Amino acid sequence: MFSKLDLQQFLFGRLTLEAIPYHEPILVGTFIVVALGGLALLGAVTWYGKWGYLWHEWFTSVDHKKIGIMYIILAIVMLLRGFADALMMITQKALAVGASEGYLPPHHYDQIFSAHGTIMIFFMAMPFVTGVMNYIMPLQIGARDVAFPFLNNFSFWMTAGGAVLTMMSLFVGEYSRATWLAYPPLSGAAYSPGVGVDYYIWGLQIAGVGTTLSGINLIATIVKMRAPGMTMMKLPVFTWTTLASNAIIVTIFPVLTATLALLALDRYVGTRFFTNDFGGNSMLYMNLIWIWGHPEVYVLILPAFGIYSEVVSTFCGKRLFGYTSMVYATAVIAVVSWLVWLHHFFTMGAGANVNAFFGITTMIISIPTGAKVFNWLFTMYRGKIRFETPMIWVMGFIPTFVIGGLTGVLLAVPPADFVLHNSLFLVAHFHNVIIGGVVFGLLAGVNYWFPKAFGYKLDPFWGKTSFWCWLIGFWITFMPIYILGLMGVTRRTQHFEDTAVQPFLTLAAIGVFIIMAGILAFVIQLIVSFFRREQLRDLTGDPWGGRTLEWSTTSPPPPYNFAFTPVVHDLDAWWDMKKRGHDRPKEGFKPIHMPKNTGAGVILAGLSTVLGFALVWYIWWLAALSFVGLLAVAIIHTFNYDRDYYIPAEDVLRIENQRTPQLAGGA
Amino acid sequence: MHETTPPPGATAPVFYDEEGHAHGDGGTLFGFWLYLMSDCLIFAALFATFGVLGRNYAAGPSGADLFDLRLVAVNTGFLLLSSITYGFAMLEMQRDRIQPTLTWLAITGLFGAAFVAVELYEFSHLIHEGATPQRSAFLSSFFALVGTHGLHVTFGIVWLVTLMVQVRLRGLIEANQRRLMCLSMFWHFLDVVWIGVFTFVYLMGSMR
Repeated sequence: MFSKLDLQQFLFGRLTLEAIPYHEPILVGTFIVVALGGLALLGAVTWYGKWGYLWHEWFTSVDHKKIGIMYIILAIVMLLRGFADALMMITQKALAVGASEGYLPPHHYDQIFSAHGTIMIFFMAMPFVTGVMNYIMPLQIGARDVAFPFLNNFSFWMTAGGAVLTMMSLFVGEYSRATWLAYPPLSGAAYSPGVGVDYYIWGLQIAGVGTTLSGINLIATIVKMRAPGMTMMKLPVFTWTTLASNAIIVTIFPVLTATLALLALDRYVGTRFFTNDFGGNSMLYMNLIWIWGHPEVYVLILPAFGIYSEVVSTFCGKRLFGYTSMVYATAVIAVVSWLVWLHHFFTMGAGANVNAFFGITTMIISIPTGAKVFNWLFTMYRGKIRFETPMIWVMGFIPTFVIGGLTGVLLAVPPADFVLHNSLFLVAHFHNVIIGGVVFGLLAGVNYWFPKAFGYKLDPFWGKTSFWCWLIGFWITFMPIYILGLMGVTRRTQHFEDTAVQPFLTLAAIGVFIIMAGILAFVIQLIVSFFRREQLRDLTGDPWGGRTLEWSTTSPPPPYNFAFTPVVHDLDAWWDMKKRGHDRPKEGFKPIHMPKNTGAGVILAGLSTVLGFALVWYIWWLAALSFVGLLAVAIIHTFNYDRDYYIPAEDVLRIENQRTPQLAGGA
Repeated sequence: MHETTPPPGATAPVFYDEEGHAHGDGGTLFGFWLYLMSDCLIFAALFATFGVLGRNYAAGPSGADLFDLRLVAVNTGFLLLSSITYGFAMLEMQRDRIQPTLTWLAITGLFGAAFVAVELYEFSHLIHEGATPQRSAFLSSFFALVGTHGLHVTFGIVWLVTLMVQVRLRGLIEANQRRLMCLSMFWHFLDVVWIGVFTFVYLMGSMR
């Protein structure tokens, strides 16, 4: 009664050997490289006996600093993957013109652009931003950790789990071909019957849980754990933008979760939310997904704005120009970001008045953004600018981002959008703001705060090389793409009949290779700096002459961040302390209350990933098992009341005493 | 921007909190509020979906054809009563009386279970009549909204039972009190959402 096929289907769902793409040379090659690299890494960890260290000191850590670093490592790894996709797309485009078909067949090409968008937003930009916020924000407000340290660890592992599931699609099955937002009906069961969209859905759902929880966590931290005296109008600007960004996260990610859940129901159960028949409405999906999607770009850009603000005032040696206006601009951008989503589909046919409303709100959002640009410029005006690596990123950002913003305002005009919709002009626009805004900001932030996290500065030569490659590469890539868009070339095209486009595409491809040099230079910068760390060492904890509290503690900070919580009297709290002469306490330390590490986050996220995999492949027994496991581990975890410990006062004294001679020597 | 330079002769500013009293509670209740608001937005998205699709019957049955308002009214009663009994549990918790707290929690859980049971009965009845989630966009959005609420209540019951065990094991210690407060907010929140469901889905859906 139970035939062999039934048993196989029961055990493996729709997962068969066919799902392994051993007939695709590109994927086999990639797999071999990844497998060898992975094995080398695992082997090295085993050889040096570092598993215990990694598990106890990193994976199970609830220290916001370590979690922040893990987020950024994840982001950099995913940047490499997402960039490899970009490289394949642009070379395919440059080659596949006229008679040539290029080297990527359509079904592969479609997966690549879907993966590129999804990975770059969800698994590169988001973890990167979250990592920087995680690391820096508690230090800026004088806190010892975030409000919910365990939740923070869990959030990270959920994000990582989503990334693992997404990456798995490369070698087991396939990825979505329905673009990074998976519009139905294309993403519905009828037109995308394979596992691709399911990988997309569950990868994002798992990561989305982490993002929402981390948003809640960081908001609670800022609201509840600020140092005494730090009123809301004395918050460092980066902390303000973190607050705004996380407020947006907490409002939009639930909508994404609900939307993807409905899409999953359509695909798994056969409901009629977004189908063409039985009363479904795919336009509803467009609205819901962009109610998430547009504010999402402000989630990414606002912390970047915060980074620019910190860097500008530090390297100009001046208080930030227009702090109050900067705060209000941030808040206005956050609020208006909820009111612009429809500009992504002016062509849907909602009518002239609806389009006019959303066109105007979109243009309004450029006003506070413009105010910010002027604030940065006025901070530089008559400032004593030091052209260190973080600062030149800011100076590259301002003109680049202004162009990106202007093309955005152009696209906000509905009649213009009717011409430019779905064209490469749009592609150039959002890369202009995401690369020129978010990525430049994050790289500025890495160069700025790296010495805080690791105790030595990053090598300036390779940093500047990376900057120039990124900047020049960016312009050479995307200016031709703007022009192609104005010529009417549509996005997501795998092959071009018209050979007139080839020169532009070739130029763009050259630009991408220059960006690749920039990424390489960044990796080299990390390696070179590591080997030169003794020369680049910072013993003061304040290598740049900083203004905010993160520079008042050691580099890297001790696990408890601050032996005594600083008391804040001024916006630039640390600058104020330096100016008015603070007396660093050298005794009288008290035991410090700290959260304990726990493996629960890793286990829960691991089970979620298994659950996601089982759902993708219809392996129902495994799905049920991992779901029950998830519930059980979560409940068992709540029975553990022993979650904190005290760092004894002697240990604090010892750690603080180590720093005293360093400070004396560095001064 | 005014600079806070101390006037001459003033005492030096305090830059470090050497008493160590700056660390308040970690803000669990506030954080839980934030979670509830984010959960509320999941419901908002489902309500919006119901608002858009709720009249797309696809030549199938409508709410007026399907809903048994008396049954739903009884069910609403169960849920509202369970909120009151949860309130009684919290009052007993504040008096630090373990057994009465547990009793009221148990009654709350039973009301919750009754609610879920009636809802499951309603669903199976609908499906039996051919009003499946696949029948029309209206039914898809109905099942998604009401079912998500029901799942929340089910999850709340699991949580409630867990907490009862923990109160039994460790008493009404601070951590357990905090957890009971969180579940209390969760439970009342589900009540509020249900009032929306009852009004917009059932009452308004029964009107032609």
